[in-house]
Amino acid sequence: MTARGRRAREGSAVRVALLTARRDIRIEVRSRVLTNQVLPFSMIVLVMFAFALDSDAVLQRVAPGLVWLAAVFSMLFMVSRAYSIETSDGALDQLRSSGVSLSGIFIGKMLALLLQLMALVVLLVGAAVVLYRAEVSWNASVLLVTTAITATCGLAAVGTLYGGLAAGTKGRETLLPLLLLPVVAPVLIGATRSTEAAFGTNGIATSEGWPWCGLLAVFAVLFTVAGAIAFGPLIDE
Amino acid sequence: MSRSADIDHESGNFGSSSSNSVVRLDDVIAVLGSFPALAGATLTVERGEIVLLRGPNGAGKTSLLKVCAGLLPIERGTGSILGCDLATERDLVKSRVGYLAHHNGLYADLTVTENIRYWGRLTGASEIDIERAIFGLGLDGRLADLKVASLSAGQKRRVALACLVARRAELWLLDEPHAGLDARSRDELDAVLRAAAAAGATVMVASHELDRAGALATRQVEVVAGRVQEMTS
Repeated sequence: MTARGRRAREGSAVRVALLTARRDIRIEVRSRVLTNQVLPFSMIVLVMFAFALDSDAVLQRVAPGLVWLAAVFSMLFMVSRAYSIETSDGALDQLRSSGVSLSGIFIGKMLALLLQLMALVVLLVGAAVVLYRAEVSWNASVLLVTTAITATCGLAAVGTLYGGLAAGTKGRETLLPLLLLPVVAPVLIGATRSTEAAFGTNGIATSEGWPWCGLLAVFAVLFTVAGAIAFGPLIDE
Repeated sequence: MSRSADIDHESGNFGSSSSNSVVRLDDVIAVLGSFPALAGATLTVERGEIVLLRGPNGAGKTSLLKVCAGLLPIERGTGSILGCDLATERDLVKSRVGYLAHHNGLYADLTVTENIRYWGRLTGASEIDIERAIFGLGLDGRLADLKVASLSAGQKRRVALACLVARRAELWLLDEPHAGLDARSRDELDAVLRAAAAAGATVMVASHELDRAGALATRQVEVVAGRVQEMTS
């Protein structure tokens, strides 16, 4: 491919990504699955954890892990929803057959999922502060925001990639968690450790969270690049 | 279809390839899993033809369409679509061909025009072409702002065809396009396909509804056990 052809294809991928992200967000705004189903579900999970553990001291200690567990569980619904709109009337097949940049489709769907996950995590952290009496100092808020951004990028990249992989299979609703949960384990660990540092759980210093944030950033970059490359061949099969 | 004739007058010629042969398959073998879906298929289709693919279930009609759409690779033989080699230029083939399977590929929560604009812009169609497609298929009136979820099967099919018109697909590959449509919707669909062919697009239709599709087609071929046989009228 010539340099001009490569530039045209990259331009096309960006256009496809923006169009797809805007379309997914528009569908979400119209259908309100996030606000009417996913967010309430995540709140119920947090409340159920509080009922099950039933101790302020324990809840305060495990709050970071519970926040990210609830985020990961809720993400499963979001990913499933993101691909049900593609498969219900054969739109994914149309995308495959129309010759558009599938990397662009991946990035677009990832961006839309990322925005929804960010909204979810903001709500979960807020709920943890209220329900579990988690504390965030002004200094630690930078770490918390960075953690939220890097972790949700990683979750969105993996979710979009594995959602696409499961989309064409039978029993995808049950297959998706089986595929996805083991892969997001590093994000769960890294985000929990980093959030513990931001909350100051067990006296952990804020500075101890930054290496975990670095790990989350590496994970996010790795899976975004791998997803953009692998998405096309995976859904083409 | 009240305004389907506008497709050819307003949007001009669909075709741009200098050669008249749109489809050239020579002894093509294609495999689905371990099953030989096409077993030495040979077919040539000229620009502007409407070709009906007949044949029993499992004969290879859908596989033939998928090969022409660049979705199913060929194992042996040679083939070209719109001058693009099926072995080495399948991505190029996909960008110039419109394939419509049993599903419409529409988003239920988007409106009619949002769907057509999304698919049109995605495939690089100009805004003028998109507006002409919406107008040409009579989707600019009260249907324009309705969600696709609220449309009838025939109206959804019309929206899907508008997406093909907007992107100026040069070869239309339709798998059972009349299935599930009432008589009026079928008439509308046929009018759209005739207008597209008159504008220079080439149409291949796989169908079991021989009376309906036969009247539409300018030529019929029979697909039997993965091979293509010409039918004499």
